[in-house]
Amino acid sequence: MASVTLSDVGKIYPGGVEAVKSIDLEIADGSLCVLVGPSGCGKSTLLRMVAGLETVTGGTVSIDGAPVNDREPAERDIAMVFQNYALYPHMSVYDNMAYGLRNRGTAKPEIDRKVREAARLLAIEPMLQRKPRQLSGGQRQRVAMGRAIVRDPKVFLFDEPLSNLDAKLRVQMRIELKRLQQRLGTTSIYVTHDQLEAMTLADLLVVMNGGEIEQIGTAMEVYERPQTTFVASFIGSPPMNLVPAAVADGVLRLTDSAAQVTLPADRRGLSGAVIVGVRPEDLRIDGGSETGGAETLAFPVTVTGVEPIGAESLLHSQTESGADVTVRLPGYAVHAAGAAMTLAAPAGKLHLFSADTGRRL
Amino acid sequence: MQDKRVSFKGLWLPAALLAPQLAITAVFFLWPASQAIYQSVLRQDAFGLSVKFVGLENFADLIVDPSYLNSVKVTLVFSAATTVLAMGLALLFAVAADRVLRGATVYKTLVIWPYAVAPVLAGVLWWLMFNPTIGVLAYALSYLGMDWNHLLSGSHAMTLIVVAAAWKQISYNFVFFIAGLQSIPRSMLEAGAIDGAGPVKRFFTITLPLLSPTTFFLIVVNLVYAFFDTFGIVHATTTGGPGQATNILVYKVYSDGFIGLNLGSSAAQSVILMVFVMVLTVIQFRYIERRVHY
Ligand SMILES: Nc1ncnc2c1ncn2[C@@H]1O[C@H](COP(=O)(O)OP(=O)(O)O)[C@@H](O)[C@H]1O
Ligand SMILES: [Mg+2]
Repeated sequence: MASVTLSDVGKIYPGGVEAVKSIDLEIADGSLCVLVGPSGCGKSTLLRMVAGLETVTGGTVSIDGAPVNDREPAERDIAMVFQNYALYPHMSVYDNMAYGLRNRGTAKPEIDRKVREAARLLAIEPMLQRKPRQLSGGQRQRVAMGRAIVRDPKVFLFDEPLSNLDAKLRVQMRIELKRLQQRLGTTSIYVTHDQLEAMTLADLLVVMNGGEIEQIGTAMEVYERPQTTFVASFIGSPPMNLVPAAVADGVLRLTDSAAQVTLPADRRGLSGAVIVGVRPEDLRIDGGSETGGAETLAFPVTVTGVEPIGAESLLHSQTESGADVTVRLPGYAVHAAGAAMTLAAPAGKLHLFSADTGRRL
Repeated sequence: MQDKRVSFKGLWLPAALLAPQLAITAVFFLWPASQAIYQSVLRQDAFGLSVKFVGLENFADLIVDPSYLNSVKVTLVFSAATTVLAMGLALLFAVAADRVLRGATVYKTLVIWPYAVAPVLAGVLWWLMFNPTIGVLAYALSYLGMDWNHLLSGSHAMTLIVVAAAWKQISYNFVFFIAGLQSIPRSMLEAGAIDGAGPVKRFFTITLPLLSPTTFFLIVVNLVYAFFDTFGIVHATTTGGPGQATNILVYKVYSDGFIGLNLGSSAAQSVILMVFVMVLTVIQFRYIERRVHY
């Protein structure tokens, strides 16, 4: 059991690419921390620095309070699951799992006990004598996990471990992985570019962009109070709608539009250009002729299309200023493209961001 | 997998397409091979005036001929040493190059170019460097207290041709080894590192087993090379001497046939070599067909 602490950690690759910029992060003992962000944002680099597979070019990585910058991967007591699983193709499943224990000089009966226990936990006992190429993708994935858990390390590191599986298996393995992690109680860092996977797994969600942390928090905190427009548009599917607007004298008015709303009392102090964010589920179609009272932002849009996705439909539209707005509608909705309508959102559900910095106001 | 077979309607087009290849095979392999087999059952008198059929007598004589048995022994030593040296060094270079991939292009070219050198030139090059009077390596060795003279010492002569033959073959092996190494996913070695295996252990328990298809292929290729393609090296340096110390089988075929003019025996020897290369080829194809690596 261990905590992981990153202080001011940075990475500049030999070619000069600054993949990670001054990151501070504290991962509590036993928790599952998910690093999420678009491809190329430095997630893997950060994870690999914790693993010891990349040198740290700035700051300190500590495991259990002890700096590990200068320790070899083997000396850090971590285990890693790779995206391509990286199983040893010439070894049986049993040997794949036993390899790390043998290298550490564990006694034979002890190795046997641990391998069989892990195999039972992952339901791969009947496959112990097979070679990796004789396994399905999901089974390989389990073996990779088995190889990590037999060693009973301080920290598990996962680099997109489910992205090579088909959608259905991915959901199933995600649930199993979460259950397994909770049962073993091992501190884990999990890297993914899939925000849904991130939301469902994370005790602590870390959203990264361009080598920096955009926001740290629980999944719900990040969803309900995104701190930047980047987070707002990255977390949630479909993402939060972002529309340009301006605030003056406590009244918010959409750009190129007559639509306006009086802000709640605690936000009246703002003024200037902003970006207003609203989740697709917080919008509704305004049927009445009322222009939406003082506490509701009602604005005209033109429908561009409707996507039925079963229990609900996604209505895509465009505001007068040309911003795309998606609305989540219950059931099977029918609206012709090109139709004009008014959308409404309660003032309390609006997220305001600075137009300059993209930070939450 | 898609079916790669193409079907032709008539007989003429496929026949015409195959003809050049078949003609080359006939002229440069089938005809000389049949001549060799034919000659191997004949015996000429010393002046080449009369020829008589002797059945397998030429072969029977060979297997009791001490100079032939010596040549077999020399060939085995030579080909084993050349294969081990050429493959060992190539693997060493490939591992080093694989590490510093960035600088590898310059390095790769340097390691690859000896392959383009003709065997005779490779022989002459090393012969010059090892020349007891003017050779730079012979001079260097004399500093180490070694009196180098491949004209007198059989083991020195053997070393010379092994070095020259291996040097030329390293490039070929290197290309295959580096391709093999680069096809091993980096994450597999990283998993090994996390699993507590040091660089040496990783090499022997992960890299080497994963290279085994390449290694097997190269062993066959190197043996064939050492057996057959090294004629030029021997001819340019030791001409089989001193004594019979470097008289490898291909060279003996030549010297017995063209210098000794014992055509029957020479033909019998080449038939034996031909059978040997056929066996190696069959092993190789069997293996490649199965393609079970690990
Ligand atoms: N070995 C490397 N050398 C140079 N640049 C690299 C290397 N690995 C990754 N990068 C660069 O660092 C950045 C972050 O990469 P990575 O950590 O793999 O991102 P992610 O895992 O979030 O997709 C990218 O711009 C990538 O091109
Ligand atoms: Mg990555």
